[in-house]
Amino acid sequence: MELKTIATHHVPVHYFEGGKGQALVYLHGAGGLTAEDPFLAALAARYHVYAPLLPGYGPSQECETLRTMLDIALHTADVVDALGLSDPILVGHSMGGMIAGEMAALAPHSVSRLALLAPAGLWLDAHPVPDIFAMLPYQLPQYLFHDVEAGRARMAAGTKMDDPEWLKGFLVTNARQLGMAGKLLFPIPDRGLSQRLYRVRAKTVVVWGDSDKLIVPAYGDAFKAAIANSQLVRVANAGHMLPQEQPGAVIEALARLS
Amino acid sequence: MRFTWFNLMPWPDLPADFREKNRSVWVDIDSKLFDPARAHDVYNMYMDLLEYAGTLGFDGIGVNEHHQNGYGIMPSPNIIAAGLARRTSDVALVVLGNSIALYNPPVRVAEEFAMLDCISGGRLVAGFPVGTSMDTNYCYGQIPALTREKYAEAHDLIKRAWTEPEPFAFNGRYTQLRYVNIWPRPVQQPHPPVHIPGGGSVETYDFCIDNTYSYSYLSFSGYIRAKALLAGYWDRVAERNAPDASPYRAGFAQTICVAETDEEAERLYSEHVLYFYNRCLHVFPGFADAPGYRTIKTIQSGALSQYAPVRGGYASLTWKDLVEGGHIIAGSPETVRQRMEDLIKGLNVGNIFCLLHVGNMPLDKCMYSTRLFAEKVMPKLRNMFPEFADDNRFWCKPLAKQAKVGNLPDAATVAASMAR
Repeated sequence: MELKTIATHHVPVHYFEGGKGQALVYLHGAGGLTAEDPFLAALAARYHVYAPLLPGYGPSQECETLRTMLDIALHTADVVDALGLSDPILVGHSMGGMIAGEMAALAPHSVSRLALLAPAGLWLDAHPVPDIFAMLPYQLPQYLFHDVEAGRARMAAGTKMDDPEWLKGFLVTNARQLGMAGKLLFPIPDRGLSQRLYRVRAKTVVVWGDSDKLIVPAYGDAFKAAIANSQLVRVANAGHMLPQEQPGAVIEALARLS
Repeated sequence: MRFTWFNLMPWPDLPADFREKNRSVWVDIDSKLFDPARAHDVYNMYMDLLEYAGTLGFDGIGVNEHHQNGYGIMPSPNIIAAGLARRTSDVALVVLGNSIALYNPPVRVAEEFAMLDCISGGRLVAGFPVGTSMDTNYCYGQIPALTREKYAEAHDLIKRAWTEPEPFAFNGRYTQLRYVNIWPRPVQQPHPPVHIPGGGSVETYDFCIDNTYSYSYLSFSGYIRAKALLAGYWDRVAERNAPDASPYRAGFAQTICVAETDEEAERLYSEHVLYFYNRCLHVFPGFADAPGYRTIKTIQSGALSQYAPVRGGYASLTWKDLVEGGHIIAGSPETVRQRMEDLIKGLNVGNIFCLLHVGNMPLDKCMYSTRLFAEKVMPKLRNMFPEFADDNRFWCKPLAKQAKVGNLPDAATVAASMAR
């Protein structure tokens, strides 16, 4: 994976690029994306992957003028344009799925293949999504992973909680990334997508981990019901971080779009 | 000096095992712990105490805004201030303040503060906090990364609503109004003095300097730990070439307990102080700081760790720790006077928000401590800054002629008047 930069109207955006095959744009979730992500490698084995980092994520500078769902969906469409792509396969995980769904609803003729991996964006009163913004780091793994202990170890890798400089860096990263995510997800991860999903024309695959405790699988049914040309794929032994926990199964589900 | 008797209005009946059985005093505190009939007594006791302080020579009596909070049962300080306006005279009403990003539209604050200023005859000292993350983000749902922008816009709108003589259109990002034309308008012109509670960010220092607002540091960790923060403020005042470094450009909240002797202070007040630091400040850390609420600049400055509560939390502190660490100033009038002098000189602050009611302190102890402070401490601290004695920029300017409140004629007088 190569880290590159592309200019946009707002701020320059960093993105990972790699692999050969059909063009595929991958939008990360609220936790961000690193070059070592196993899902990126799995995608690159089959597709030409472009994975932009939202402003505020990784080295992408934050952008105060992106405030709303519409701002961020249009910005992401700008990134796709700037990359010179026309109707790539659009894939998004969690918050990235929410953005991808919004893009497909805003511009139904520009998105013909869509994969939503445990997307955010809907709210069911019977299944309130836990508040990640009020969670302490040690509380996250139980909501994110099927294999909680393995997930905990993955999240803890490289942390140095006793080092004040590391901690400051962690707080800055957290504020930049989740500050941006809050524009879409705080306090309720619903910006009205449910009333726009009818516009989506893309062939869509909705992929959900059986053990997702953050956005429970009932949301998968809701997305499937709201998008006409969609199918729902459930993945065993996967929680909310299904792209990392079961990358192979997710790649198999994507094959249904071809 | 300006001394304001300030009451947070803590709920006095949090159980002894509150910390063990509850994760937070704030945001998701157990509603079963609230007893409305008991609150009837509590609110009225607290309002009585505020009014009492108003008779003892304090310059101001102060209230503030918190939501879903077991140590501050005052979601609407304006309601309390309205009651106080009717039952006090002379003393300033310090409303510190209204979290202006939470009012929709924010002209509501311009209106209510103007009402308070009119009812009280120009005794309002206004405050505009950004609000804590607990209140603003978790209780009132504001998007953390947009809170400050919304706050800044609300501030511009309120200031214009107070000062512009003609109706105007306001096309904001968060508020759009075709006709801004508040009725009533404030007694104090161009507008009541404004105090801004801050927590160490440079942006807030500058905001106060640029607008001639007083910067208030409202912490519970006392004057010794506040030195770095206030020093940062005064450095900024100098850097920005503000016309002066008047101590009235700054304020500080301090917990104070006065008795005849140091020993008596510990005996009388220790349990109430520990109630406050052990139970009332038990806030779930996940609510302390929503990501995006602080600016990146503030986090990078390291201010947060520098001004953070003591390691191990407040609950580990004993009376002795709290006194020695300056979290509280407690003891005989002479002990308190000395330490207040250290505070006032050390921080260069002219506005003191005196937290003389602490935790679950009962009425009589609070009256005792308050009177001793007013009679035996406050008079000796009056002339700390003689060179700024005439600096009235940061305080209210009441009307010379105040209405006589609650002074209706009797029925016979009314009848006689009608007969004429």
